[in-house]
Amino acid sequence: MTVGSPERDTRDSRLTDSELQRQLAVTWGSAGGLWNALSNVDHKVIGRRYIVTAFVFLALGGVLSLAMRLQLSQPEARFIGPDRYNQIFTMHGTNMMFLFAVPVMEAMAVYLVPLMVGTRNIAFPRLNAFSYWMFLAGGILLWVAFAIDTGPDVGWFAYVPLAGPQYGTGKRADIWAQMITFTEISALAVSLELVVTILKQRAPGMALNRIPLFVWSILVTSFLVILAMPAIMIASTSLILDRLVGTHFFNPAEGGDVLLWQHLFWFFGHPEVYIIFLPAVGMVSTIIATFTQRPVFGYLAMVMALITTGVLAFGLWVHHMFVAGLPRLGASFFTASSMAIALPAGLQIFCWLATIWWGRPIFRTPFLFVLGFIFTFVIGGMTGVMVASVPFDTQVHDTYFVVAHFHYVLVGGALFPLLGAIYYWFPKFTGRMMSERLGKWVFGLIVLGFNLTFFPMHILGLQGMPRRIYTYQPEMPWGGLNMFISLSALILTTGFLLFFIDVIRSARHGKSAGANPWRASTLEWATPSPPPCYNFQRIPVVGDSTPVWTDCEVLTVASGLRVDRRELLITGVVDASPEARESSPDHSVWPFWTAIAAALVLIWSIFTPWAVVWGAVPVATALTGWFWPKGKPEDES
Amino acid sequence: MKVVKLLLYLVLSGVAGCSGLQSALDVHGMPATHLKHLMTAFFWICAIVWLLVIVTLIYALVRSHTADASTQLDGPRTRIAVSGAVAATAVIITGLTIASFYTTRSIDTRMGDAITIAVKGEQWWWRVRYPNPDWVLEFETANEIHIPVGRDVRLQLESANVIHSFWVPSLAGKQDLVPGRSNTLLIRAERPGVYRGQCAEFCGLQHSHMGILVVAEDEASFSRWLASQRVVRSRTMDDEAAAGERVFLAKPCAACHTVRGTFATGISGPDLTHVGSRRTIGAGLLETTRGSLAAWIADPQTLKPGNNMPMVPLTSDELRQVSRYMDVLR
Repeated sequence: MTVGSPERDTRDSRLTDSELQRQLAVTWGSAGGLWNALSNVDHKVIGRRYIVTAFVFLALGGVLSLAMRLQLSQPEARFIGPDRYNQIFTMHGTNMMFLFAVPVMEAMAVYLVPLMVGTRNIAFPRLNAFSYWMFLAGGILLWVAFAIDTGPDVGWFAYVPLAGPQYGTGKRADIWAQMITFTEISALAVSLELVVTILKQRAPGMALNRIPLFVWSILVTSFLVILAMPAIMIASTSLILDRLVGTHFFNPAEGGDVLLWQHLFWFFGHPEVYIIFLPAVGMVSTIIATFTQRPVFGYLAMVMALITTGVLAFGLWVHHMFVAGLPRLGASFFTASSMAIALPAGLQIFCWLATIWWGRPIFRTPFLFVLGFIFTFVIGGMTGVMVASVPFDTQVHDTYFVVAHFHYVLVGGALFPLLGAIYYWFPKFTGRMMSERLGKWVFGLIVLGFNLTFFPMHILGLQGMPRRIYTYQPEMPWGGLNMFISLSALILTTGFLLFFIDVIRSARHGKSAGANPWRASTLEWATPSPPPCYNFQRIPVVGDSTPVWTDCEVLTVASGLRVDRRELLITGVVDASPEARESSPDHSVWPFWTAIAAALVLIWSIFTPWAVVWGAVPVATALTGWFWPKGKPEDES
Repeated sequence: MKVVKLLLYLVLSGVAGCSGLQSALDVHGMPATHLKHLMTAFFWICAIVWLLVIVTLIYALVRSHTADASTQLDGPRTRIAVSGAVAATAVIITGLTIASFYTTRSIDTRMGDAITIAVKGEQWWWRVRYPNPDWVLEFETANEIHIPVGRDVRLQLESANVIHSFWVPSLAGKQDLVPGRSNTLLIRAERPGVYRGQCAEFCGLQHSHMGILVVAEDEASFSRWLASQRVVRSRTMDDEAAAGERVFLAKPCAACHTVRGTFATGISGPDLTHVGSRRTIGAGLLETTRGSLAAWIADPQTLKPGNNMPMVPLTSDELRQVSRYMDVLR
């Protein structure tokens, strides 16, 4: 609208607050309607969709676990047959890892990171929209397949030869492998966006040593995704090729190797644990700082611990293969490296304890979940030290002991902080508070229900109960504990039901929150709740690591950005000194069409290799539409 | 020490509290005993560390915070405490790593010359072969391994289909059977007994019903057993059993099963030459009785859905005769 005006552009420095808000809303906003919803590239809109979708998958995966607990509640039960049960436990693991845990952590980052670093949108916002549609398509593929009884039944790890062409007949294993491709694409896309956003779009003055710990954890996580995902990409693609065109990567009879699959899978699979856990660590640090009203002790040590964990994560994968028959000396090396991960993990726990020690704890729901996290996760860490030992592992590997261990690590270590984070950031997402009274019930039921459900599994494992069995014989002494576990799972379920009720109720009727209800220190609280489409009216300038505490009245801001087009401030990697103004892409429906075309190719190629040839046409068409030059000056800048 | 052991046992074995046939805590063999000692040490060290963390956390939460509202958070005291805790962690994990290493070494040390037994994982049962340079003395059986007490036994573990894992927790830790590779596992039973195990690597539909028994007996009984297994076909057969044999050979049974000394030489199912002498059928599914044999033959798919034995239509007379035949194959 200012095209042709004498100044050629409109800068925020010469507008009054109300006029600035109006112009920014025009430039960054989106009208209603389905079409605009499909083309929206606002990181908050996409982040919210991601989070909601991931929680839907959590609920679905939870229903599957209840089905398993029903079947296992008594010996030789006949509620679910072996074929369906194998699909159910495969779906549970695959769904929870690929459709809930990793996406939900990235979703939180997609929503929060641009706000926390003080910018207006994520880098590559159209790629971000594309990644969501791909994630959604992968999830739908998996669940539709399950609904029509072609759900994968080879375990979430899909070991060959069971998942290979000879033993995994039908299309079930292909569905699994292709679902992996969908989530790989979306996770890689999001990680690239986050790395660029964190390194190049931070508010002026937010030098590397002033980045919030959550943002550090996301930066390390994103690098883990970028380095680990290619391994599973090679693995799942090789598997599909083995199954579709007979490449024999994993067929020992034709010179392939069965263990190659395990190496590739776990080279991704172990970092995967930290891809889920590190963002949770960042959430814990954030919540502890706010609810003790102090910065977390040992900022540098915490950052170093995150990076060390990220590096070590790539040196541990063989501890998933201790009983596969590798040489003992090599295995011992991996015992040492797996144990070493206790050092950065311990360091972080000690730093949090020190912060709580010197702080004044405020016992609100997010903080309670952090306490539940420490109580539960440290048990998971201890059993982690146990399974890291080769000889110890030979007794508990592939038993319920390991089931207990990784649920302590993933639920205690990642889901509890995530629930705390939802309680913590819900006011920012919606502008409304969740119920404190219900929140305490949710916390109590979930932490109690979880420990009652999963602790006895350690004992079952030591008593010889293997994983992935659909039933057990009456003469085995496991019936009592299994019944106890199944009943305890009901407590856990009640907790989750209350949580969902609280979320839905509070989104409509919750108490109004205000910009900063917790008196927190990071930049996302320096903007209204929920944040406007342009995030910050003016880009904040940061002088230390707790900007909102330091400048609690008025935040220093930078000005000079254009408001008649989408413009971001690009800053230096190390010291975040302003470097350039950069345009940010506008809403576009092409990422949606590209995702549809790509999904078509991927699903079609389960059935014939020709899909790759003919499917290239719609993908190329959609990408051409996506990148078609608009003739506007910002496209050429 | 006895009290501690008892306490540990109660803690670890929980409410069920019974000494199972198949438990890593109910040990009767050399490797499993070493492993239990290591696990006990790990348990106590980890339990103490966890308690210390939780006690510190609780104290940090409830202590009076009025005095130190303005205390410098990163003062030297905090730094020393945190560094000390990290150093202690390093010492503990180093100790545990060394303990693991020495346990691995002691498990792999053989006491004398070992007997070798070849075990192959099938879907979903165990093929057991007692190799002998003299092929006449070599024989095959299924789902039941007999070993002499107090002697090292080297299990040679292979698979020609999918990955399985051999695990008899009372005797030793597990070891995978990987297609295209040959793994070995050393076991030694210190006491006579029957030790149950089962497949520990997910291997398809009936992974849940892939049990194995290890029968440890004294040298004399073991030699008697060896001799009895080398005999081809039972010689004491009544009319009913003889009729059963005719049915067995005429029907599809012989296409998959071997009964040494007859024309039945199929190899895709278990060798049935001495099936009546084995304690269980269906890989630990049912105790071997004439009734369970008849039930299995009549309808294997209901008892173990998805297994590779088809239902062969038999008249009730034929079923009775075949089950009698199986029963006398001792």
